[in-house]
Amino acid sequence: MDINFTPEEEAFRQEVRDFLREKLPAHMSDKVLNHKHLSKDDLVGWQKILYDKGWAAPGWPKKYGGPGWTPVQKHIFDEETALAGAPPLLPFGLAMVAPVIMNFGTEEQKERFLPRILSADDWWCQGYSEPGAGSDLASLKTRAERQGENYIVNGQKTWTTLGQYADWIFCLVRTDPDAKKQEGISFLLIDMNSPGITVRPIITLDGGHEVNEVFFDNVQVPVDNLVGEENKGWTYAKFLLGHERSGIAGVGRGKMELQRLKQIAAAERKNGKPLIDDPLFRSRVAQIEMELEALEMTDLRVIAAVQQGQSPGPEASMLKIKGTEIRQEIYHLVRQAVGPRALPFQPQALHGDTDDAVAPDYALSAAPTYFNNRKLTIFGGSNEIQKNIIAKMILGL
Amino acid sequence: MDFSLTDEQRMLQDTVERLVQDQYGFEQRRGYMQAEGGFTREMWNQFAELGLLGVPFAEELGGFGGGPVETMLVMEAFGKGLVLEPYVASVVTTGQLIADAGSDAQKSAVLEPLVSGELILAFAHGEPDNRYSNTQVATRAERSGSGYTLHGHKTVVLHGDSADRLVVSARTSGDTGDASGVSLFLVDAGAPGVSVQGYATIDGLHAAEVRLDGVQVGEDALVGAEGGAVPLIELTQDRGAFAVCAEAVGAMSVACDLTLDYLKQRKQFGVPIGSFQSVQHRMVEMRMELEQSRSATYKAAAKLDSDDPAARRRAVSIAKYQVGKGGRFVSEQSIQLHGGIGMTEEYNLSHFAKRIAMIDNQFGDADAHMDRFSEQMEVPAAG
Ligand SMILES: Cc1cc2nc3c(=O)[nH]c(=O)nc-3n(C[C@H](O)[C@H](O)[C@H](O)COP(=O)(O)OP(=O)(O)OC[C@H]3O[C@@H](n4cnc5c(N)ncnc54)[C@H](O)[C@@H]3O)c2cc1C
Repeated sequence: MDINFTPEEEAFRQEVRDFLREKLPAHMSDKVLNHKHLSKDDLVGWQKILYDKGWAAPGWPKKYGGPGWTPVQKHIFDEETALAGAPPLLPFGLAMVAPVIMNFGTEEQKERFLPRILSADDWWCQGYSEPGAGSDLASLKTRAERQGENYIVNGQKTWTTLGQYADWIFCLVRTDPDAKKQEGISFLLIDMNSPGITVRPIITLDGGHEVNEVFFDNVQVPVDNLVGEENKGWTYAKFLLGHERSGIAGVGRGKMELQRLKQIAAAERKNGKPLIDDPLFRSRVAQIEMELEALEMTDLRVIAAVQQGQSPGPEASMLKIKGTEIRQEIYHLVRQAVGPRALPFQPQALHGDTDDAVAPDYALSAAPTYFNNRKLTIFGGSNEIQKNIIAKMILGL
Repeated sequence: MDFSLTDEQRMLQDTVERLVQDQYGFEQRRGYMQAEGGFTREMWNQFAELGLLGVPFAEELGGFGGGPVETMLVMEAFGKGLVLEPYVASVVTTGQLIADAGSDAQKSAVLEPLVSGELILAFAHGEPDNRYSNTQVATRAERSGSGYTLHGHKTVVLHGDSADRLVVSARTSGDTGDASGVSLFLVDAGAPGVSVQGYATIDGLHAAEVRLDGVQVGEDALVGAEGGAVPLIELTQDRGAFAVCAEAVGAMSVACDLTLDYLKQRKQFGVPIGSFQSVQHRMVEMRMELEQSRSATYKAAAKLDSDDPAARRRAVSIAKYQVGKGGRFVSEQSIQLHGGIGMTEEYNLSHFAKRIAMIDNQFGDADAHMDRFSEQMEVPAAG
C-alpha cells in the first residue's frame, strides 16, 4: 500500500497549476471565489479555453477527444481547478449524456453530438424529473408516441437546471404505457428549439433562476434521436448513475470553500479580534477540515478501485452524502461568520451591476449561497435515497 | 407554576392570530412587501388601533401594561404570518429602551406617537466590526458646545429606513471595546449629517445602513447617563433576542405543520413519503426542536424582566441558543423533506425556512449565546 501520489502524478498537478495560472481569467475566478453570478458566457468561455488545451472533457477517452486521464489524474484536475476558482464544468453534456451516447448511441449520433458537446457549442440539459416523479423517477409520465418517423412527445419535465440556455435536452419518456414502470421508458434527445416546447423559469429561495419547468405539447422528435433501443431507457439511466461518479464527493470544491471560509473568518472580527482566533469558531472550522481530509481518503480509495477496473457502485453514495453534508456545513459557517451582515439582500451586487453594495461580496453572497445549496442533499438522488441504496446494496438490509 | 393564559392574554392572542390569519396570507404578504420600506402603513395603523403598539408600555403612557408573556404572544402570532412591520425595532427594543431610560421629555415626545402609530423608532447599534457585541462601538460622540457631534457608520439597522427617530450608540469616552464610555442618543433620522440607505433583507424584512457625518445633537438627546449605556444596550438586545425567539417559535410551528401535511400528501413509490420510517423520525426530531424552542422561550419570558441581570442573561441565552440550533434544523429539514418544491420562491415554506434561519443572525447567534451562557455557568468545586 502506498497512499501517496506518484512523482508523475505530482508533475501532472504542477502542469495543471501552471496552466491555470496562465489561462484562467481573473474575472471568472473572482466570480467563483466570491459566489457571484456566473453567466452563460463564463461557463461556455471556460470550457472553450479548456477545449483549446484538449482538457474540456476530463472523463472522456482519447478516442472521442478526451485527454484519456486516469481517475487519479482526473481527481487532481478537479481539485486544482476548484481550488483556483475555475468555473465548474457542467455535467449535463460532458458527464451525463455523452457517456450514454458513447456506449449506446449510433455512429451517426456520436458524430453529430459528441464534438459539439466537447467544444461547448451545444448546451445540454437533463430532463428526468417530473412533478410526480422525483425520487421515484420510474413513475415518470411524459409520453412519446411513435408516428411514422417521429415520436410525438407530450408532458412536463421540471427542475431542469439551466434549461433556459439549452440547445438540447435528454429526456426519459414513456414509450410503452402498458409495460411495468421501468420497462416502458426510452431515452430521447430533443432539440430545445422544436415547436411545442415551452420553458418556464422557477425562481428559487435565494432569488436565483437556475431551474425551469419544460412543457412538451405535441413536440415532434425524429426517431433518429432515440438512443439505443426503445423501452430500454431505464437501463441507460442506471448506467449513467453508475458512471462518472468519481468527483461526486466534491472534495476539490470543498477544499476551495474551506479555504474561503478561513479567509472570511480571518477578515471578520469578534470582540476586536479575528473571528478565526475565537476558540469556538476555530474548532468548528477545524472539525470540518478534519472530516474533509477523511473524505478525501475515502474518495481516493474509490478512485483507486476504479483505476483498477472496479465499478464504484454503491460506495459512491457514501461520497455523495458526506461530500454534500460537509459543503452545506461550510456554507452554514460562512453565513455564521459574517453575522448580521448576512442579512442584506442585494442580488444586483452579485451580478456585478451596482455600486451601492452595503457589505463585501462574501457577506452579501453568504445567505443566498447557503440557501441555494440546500439543493445539494436533494438532487442527484436525495441523501435519504442514497442511504436507502447503502442499506440495501452494501448492508443487505 | 401555571402555563395557562389569563383571559386578557388569551384575548390578545386571539386578536393577533385572527389578524394574521385574515390579513397575512402568503399572497397578501407579497403585496405588502412592495410598499416603501417593505410594509404598509395601513397595517401599522391597524396594529395601533388594536392596541398592539402599546403592549409593553404602562397604561399611563397609553399602553397595555403587558410584560414578556404578552410580547411573546404577539411575536409568536407574528411569526406564523411572517409579519413585516417594524414591531421589534420600534416597539420591543427601541420603544422599551426609551420607556425605561428616557427622560420625561423624551418619553412624552416619543412614546405617545409611537403607540398611536405616527412615529417609528429604530435601534442603531450594529457596526461593520461589531458583530453581536455590546461594547464594540467605534461611532464617536464628541462634546461640542452644549451638545454632541456624532460620527460613525451603523450597519444593518433593522427598519432603519422607515424610522423617524433613531437611538444611536456612540462613544463619549474610551476605546472601542471598553465596557464604559458608551452613550445612547435619540437622533432625528432627518437631521443634517444623517444618511440612510435602506434595503430588503433576505428574509423579506428591511434594514438600513446609517451614516452619521457630523450630526449635531443637544444635551437633551442623551438617553440615560453619559458613558453608562452598555447595560441598557445589553437589555435592549436581550429583548430583541427574546422577541425573535417567540417569532421563530411561531414560524417553526408553521414550517412543521406545512411539512407534516406534505408528508401525508406527497406520494412516491406509490405511498405517502410520510410512510417511510426515516422520514417519520426526521419529522419527529423537527417537532422536538420546536417544543424545546417553545420551552426555552417560556423560560426567557419568565426571567426577561428579572431584577437580576445574570438570571435574565442566562435564560435569554438558553432560548436564543436553542432557537438558533433548533431553528436551523427545522428550517433545513423542512426544505429537505419537501424535496425540490421546498426550494422555490413560489411556495410559502421557503419564506418560513429563510426567516427561521436568519433569526440566528440577529441579536447573537447560537454560538454567541453559548459563549455568554458558559461564561457565567455555575460550576461546583472540584472533587
Ligand atoms: C436545484 C435543483 C436542480 C435540479 N436539477 C435537475 C435537473 O437538471 N434535471 C432533473 O431531471 N432533475 C433535477 N432536479 C430534481 C431532483 O433530482 C429531484 O428534486 C430529486 O430527485 C427529489 O425529487 P423531489 O424533489 O420530487 O422530492 P421527493 O422525491 O418528493 O422527495 C421528498 C422527500 O422525501 C424523501 N424520500 C422520497 N422517497 C423516499 C424513500 N423511499 N425513503 C426515504 N425518504 C424518501 C426525499 O429524500 C425528500 O426528502 C433538481 C432539483 C433541484 C432542487
